[in-house]
Amino acid sequence: MDFAFMRDTFLQLMTGVPLTLNLAFTSVAFGAVFAMLLALMRMSNVRVLDGIARTYVFVFRGTPLLVQIFLIYYGLGQFRPVLQEWGLWSFFREPYWCAVLALTLNTAAYASEIFRGGLQAVPHQQVEAARACGMSGFLLFRRIIFPIALRQALPAYGSEIILMVKATSLASIITMMEITGLAAKLISQTFRAVEVFIVAGAIYLVLNFVITRIIMAVEWWLSPHLRRPPAIEPKLEAAHV
Amino acid sequence: MQQVSYFELIGFGPNGWGWSLLIATGMTLAVALCGFLAGSVVGTLVAWAKLSRNVAARSLADGYTTILRGIPDLLVIYLFYFGGSAALSAIGSLFGAEGFIGVPAFVTGALAIGIVSGAYQAEVFRGAYQVVGRGEIEAARSVGMHRWLMFRRIIAPQVLRYAIPGLGNTWQLVLKESALISVTGLVELLRQSHIAAGSTRRPFDFYITAAVLYLAITWVSTYLFQRAETHSMRGMRRAS
Repeated sequence: MDFAFMRDTFLQLMTGVPLTLNLAFTSVAFGAVFAMLLALMRMSNVRVLDGIARTYVFVFRGTPLLVQIFLIYYGLGQFRPVLQEWGLWSFFREPYWCAVLALTLNTAAYASEIFRGGLQAVPHQQVEAARACGMSGFLLFRRIIFPIALRQALPAYGSEIILMVKATSLASIITMMEITGLAAKLISQTFRAVEVFIVAGAIYLVLNFVITRIIMAVEWWLSPHLRRPPAIEPKLEAAHV
Repeated sequence: MQQVSYFELIGFGPNGWGWSLLIATGMTLAVALCGFLAGSVVGTLVAWAKLSRNVAARSLADGYTTILRGIPDLLVIYLFYFGGSAALSAIGSLFGAEGFIGVPAFVTGALAIGIVSGAYQAEVFRGAYQVVGRGEIEAARSVGMHRWLMFRRIIAPQVLRYAIPGLGNTWQLVLKESALISVTGLVELLRQSHIAAGSTRRPFDFYITAAVLYLAITWVSTYLFQRAETHSMRGMRRAS
């Protein structure tokens, strides 16, 4: 093991961390909104909307992410004149936006099923109680259904976020120099695959560990009713003297 | 230049890429299947280590699954592709061979998939083993079965039965992961589409075809796993 080399590798790979996090969080944020829409479509009881969402999820979960990335980045180049006419070419020309788009569409498919599970797990009584208090529509959704569903879905959604952090590595194939892209470049320059792998792997593990901890903290924060009440110290007060 | 129609392009005629795509689909299936089987072997061993009472074995296995599930698969593929060749070249030079020896891309790919999916399968097997009743194992012991016989007759069939849904999910993961092997130059479905897209300048047509073929494989394997699940559960009473 050459520690000087590993330190240099570490410093070089760290410059890729912002891009990895940027890709992951941008696509998770856009993906969450889209996933919520898909989940509501699935539960809308409208045959057409349900069918569209179902097909979408089937297609995006059934094909490899790399195929989706290639389809957007290289594939849409076939329609360049049309895209230029619509003024969309400057968007699809950039590997960054293609990667974000592919990751967003992909995570939306997976997350919509997670959200649907969470929404369906909201107890009926809670909704009935809210209706009895006169809530309905968006207020009911915002105050009662959404917070409960979020809490139910969080553990599964947490692993989806971790999967997304891992999935950003595929952006390196379309020239994005995030951690894996830099690692691949270093490996092909130095042919020291093992050392570079250890450093890059360690960076990913630390990132994922931190994210897992944050999600656990959010889960803890969202479920005060499941925590044991703080022990109340018996106060010795002379109240009845 | 006259545009070739889509169906002529992916068909089996003189201008068609049909056969190449079909052969490449076969390659995808082959590398995914080999990787999945390698992963089953790794997964079984790791699950065994996780369930053992040996603290060292257990923490090694825990470390393995944590690391492999926290690192992008693409990195593992790069490690095997570049690292494997470097190791082979080093071994080769010991025996007097000169220069660079490349590992066949198929072997690299199958091994990398096996190592990654082994981590997922280990968890599947461990979960399934814990569902097998303690009473069954005690009964097997009390009729005098040895460990291997007990594993073959009592544990393995029941673990497999409970593991089928989880294995189905892992298979889908493996199938999609096999597309990453294209970076090593193995001519599987995605690589072949890439080649065809490059030489015909019709990238969208070929990538969408690849997507359809992947979907078809996913769809058929979902069906097969469902069949296997109902078949394996035919003797079970279902709690309703």
